[in-house]
Amino acid sequence: MRRLWALVRKESYQILRDPAAMLITFALPPVLLFLFAFAVSLDVKNVHVGVVLESDAPAARSLAAAFAATPYLRVTPVRNRREVESKLVSGELKAFAVIPADFEARLLEGQGRAAIQIIADASNPNTSTFTAAYMQGAFAGWLLSRDGDPAEASAIELKPRFWFNPELQSRRTLVPGAIAVVMTMIGTMLTALVVSREWERGTMEAMLATPATMGELILSKLLPYFLLGGVATAGCAFLAVQVLGVPMVGSFWALMLISAVFLVPALGQGLMISTLSKNQLVATQLAVMSGYLPSFLLSGFVFEIQSMPWFIQKITYIIPARYYVSSLQTVFLAGDVWPLFLRDMASMLAVGAVFFGITRLKSKRRLD
Amino acid sequence: MAVEIVVTDLVKRFGDTPALDGITARISGGRLTGIVGPDGAGKTTFMRCLAALMLPSEGTITVCGHDVVTAAGPIHDITGYMPQRFGLYEDLTVMENLKLHAELRGLDVGPGGELFARLLGFTGLAPFAKRMAGALSGGMKQKLGLACALMARPQVLLLDEPSVGVDPVSRQDLWRMVQELVEEGMAVVWSTAYLDEAESCQEVLLLSHGRIVYAGAPGDLTSRLRGRSYLMRDITGNRRLALARGLQLPTVRDGVIQGASVRLVLAEGASAADIKGLADDYGARLVETTPRFEDAFIDLLGGGPGGVSSLAARMPQVPQGAGVMVRCKDLTKRFGDFTATRAISFDVQQGEVLGLLGPNGAGKSTTFKMLCGLIRPSGGIAEVAGLDLRSSPGKVKIQLGYMAQKFSLYGLLSVRQNLDFFAGVYGLKRALRKERVQEMIEVFELESMLDEAPDDIPLGFKQRLALACALMHRPKVLFLDEPTSGVDPITRREFWTHITGLVGKGVTVLVTTHFMDEAEYCDRVALVNRAQLIALDTPDGLKAMAADESLPDPTMEQAFIRLIERQNALEDEKGRAA
Repeated sequence: MRRLWALVRKESYQILRDPAAMLITFALPPVLLFLFAFAVSLDVKNVHVGVVLESDAPAARSLAAAFAATPYLRVTPVRNRREVESKLVSGELKAFAVIPADFEARLLEGQGRAAIQIIADASNPNTSTFTAAYMQGAFAGWLLSRDGDPAEASAIELKPRFWFNPELQSRRTLVPGAIAVVMTMIGTMLTALVVSREWERGTMEAMLATPATMGELILSKLLPYFLLGGVATAGCAFLAVQVLGVPMVGSFWALMLISAVFLVPALGQGLMISTLSKNQLVATQLAVMSGYLPSFLLSGFVFEIQSMPWFIQKITYIIPARYYVSSLQTVFLAGDVWPLFLRDMASMLAVGAVFFGITRLKSKRRLD
Repeated sequence: MAVEIVVTDLVKRFGDTPALDGITARISGGRLTGIVGPDGAGKTTFMRCLAALMLPSEGTITVCGHDVVTAAGPIHDITGYMPQRFGLYEDLTVMENLKLHAELRGLDVGPGGELFARLLGFTGLAPFAKRMAGALSGGMKQKLGLACALMARPQVLLLDEPSVGVDPVSRQDLWRMVQELVEEGMAVVWSTAYLDEAESCQEVLLLSHGRIVYAGAPGDLTSRLRGRSYLMRDITGNRRLALARGLQLPTVRDGVIQGASVRLVLAEGASAADIKGLADDYGARLVETTPRFEDAFIDLLGGGPGGVSSLAARMPQVPQGAGVMVRCKDLTKRFGDFTATRAISFDVQQGEVLGLLGPNGAGKSTTFKMLCGLIRPSGGIAEVAGLDLRSSPGKVKIQLGYMAQKFSLYGLLSVRQNLDFFAGVYGLKRALRKERVQEMIEVFELESMLDEAPDDIPLGFKQRLALACALMHRPKVLFLDEPTSGVDPITRREFWTHITGLVGKGVTVLVTTHFMDEAEYCDRVALVNRAQLIALDTPDGLKAMAADESLPDPTMEQAFIRLIERQNALEDEKGRAA
């Protein structure tokens, strides 16, 4: 026990004197949170689209007016599709709809016969999907409103309600996600360096020649970073709620508990990398590739997991950040949903157990 | 339980290569045992096996009765181990490092930390207790490393090359401390490549290629050479040439320049008649002298290389009479506020060997890099072969060959690819390139390792390869930055044979070194300290400068320490006055 505390104290001194660790813990979180709150927006509002009116019939005009009335779309009406094609290529427009010359004629034949063409710029698949869906929605709404007599139509009003994030602000989902990135940095990036640093500087050799056990050496690396992660979580939560105005529907303690559990696989991953590589440069690369990037790309924080190809979806199951992001978004926006939390925490602990198991197997009290 | 280490038939393999190949030895308490051997002999692997940090592939080791395989824990309890580079936490203070080790050992430090006070006093580190370990000098780090290792209150103390990169004064201090510990009954194992240190051990294990070639008192080994070591004193003329001629004699086993004399070791049973004749040629007195451990060491490993440089034999003669080949005048380099060299001026004549000596960080390498056109001077003039480095650096670089510290070879290229690359870099045409590469392969006997990576070949061959790369374009001036550091004595001898040969062909050589005995090979020595040139003279001249009544005949090392201390004291006084 005394040995463990001596090692923990040593590690803490080193952290406090390491400018990189201090920067990542105290300067990185606000920067990252502000970045995601203000600079990155996934909101689809005022998307520029074109509407090609090939017919002057009243039905066609009415539909064009319906597009223009949609709050999410900003419509450029034209007569010829060539005018909008070039704009789509240059990126001025995200999509356009063609209302063909025979639109009204077909409509009169029967409701299902009328067709329009929607062409969207799919170079950004997310936006194009949204935009096309909005335009289809506008068309469907217009068709519905024409059905039967106008009085009846207005009796059924279609009004979408968005739960948990009624204003559809992406900030509210991005900020909790950003906390996961911060915690991955602290948990995985920092710890990935600590053991390899000791190998590189030859201090590990000196430690191995003392009576300190491997368990003590590993634990002494974890405890200070665990504490550091806790401090960073609390700081992030404060910033998110007080400064960035993200609501916190769930409880603070649930957030802390989930974060503490997330630190288990995050620290485990860092230690495992560190133990396997014995070289700071390689350790950093591995930590970025297997920790930092997945926490961004595969955690569901920015990109919806459901819309990924199936094999990438499978890969996300071993990314601890995936479970953390899901729980974080829930605790901030939906509340304390314990069945979900428990499931996520169990998954994180399971992944963590694998990392620690490998670390324990690979860390030997010998040099060969 | 008796304090002793028993090693039986120890084999340690990495892959298929045995690093240790059947070692049997007994190391006892109350004695200082030296593990001696050239680089790559297996010293560090042996130390790590003793510290139970590596498992033997075959054979057994017991430390005070504990087996290293089954009882690593008890061994760590009773063993103090100082790894190479001391294993200190550089971002912790001296005191924090000590406390960490004390608590890891579960020591009672006394209510007021008496234990620390005693160790700090013993090591002379008391004034620096609050300093970061990273900010200590090499000598102080070494003492702190020792203090940490001593926290074990060990029965066995293992020190892995404790004196590498440490100045001579600190080496003496450490030696004194270790002697005290030995007297308390501790078994101290000290690994070293310095043969003068080995000579002072009570017992040595001499390792070569993973085997023990000698075990016993160093005196017993040297006494075998009695009557075979000679000094040629008061040589008139060139000592290097005298040595080269001596080494060519079939009766001579080994030879070096020692101070103002040339030291020669005869082959077993050979007569001294030949070397007597040689001494007469140089107007020197031949006197028999007591053999040194180094004489015996070289003899045991098969004798030194001959005096003929096959390399120089192939080099064309550089036309004589070029006069000054390297000139620097008021050469100054500033990095921000820091002045690395201040107004350094000297000339080097064609065919001269100039040695640049000085403590670490004195400005030797900076001066070198300015003369090679690697960094731009902040002020002053640097000329090589009459060309100003500022106006025509490209032309100058064709004239000079540069061998950087640590040999700067490409680790991912094979030996042959390195040779091809350097030949190409110097712009040699295709046919000539092939010819030169082939020539270097023959001269330096690189044939058998052409496809290997430079990092996998023995250090001595690595050094040869680096020299080959620097000589590919037949430069007139050769810059060698610490060419022999970390290289074993035999390779060092071979290296100086090549230098002597090259100088004979009219090549001008500038060399930096940490080995004081190598300074004796130079025609003149420039002593650099605190960014300034404080002395420039022949080796004998420098020694005369440092001599006084208390020390009428200083060695090069003593002269070095004195001149530097004198300069530092003078400057500090000036600083106080200001």
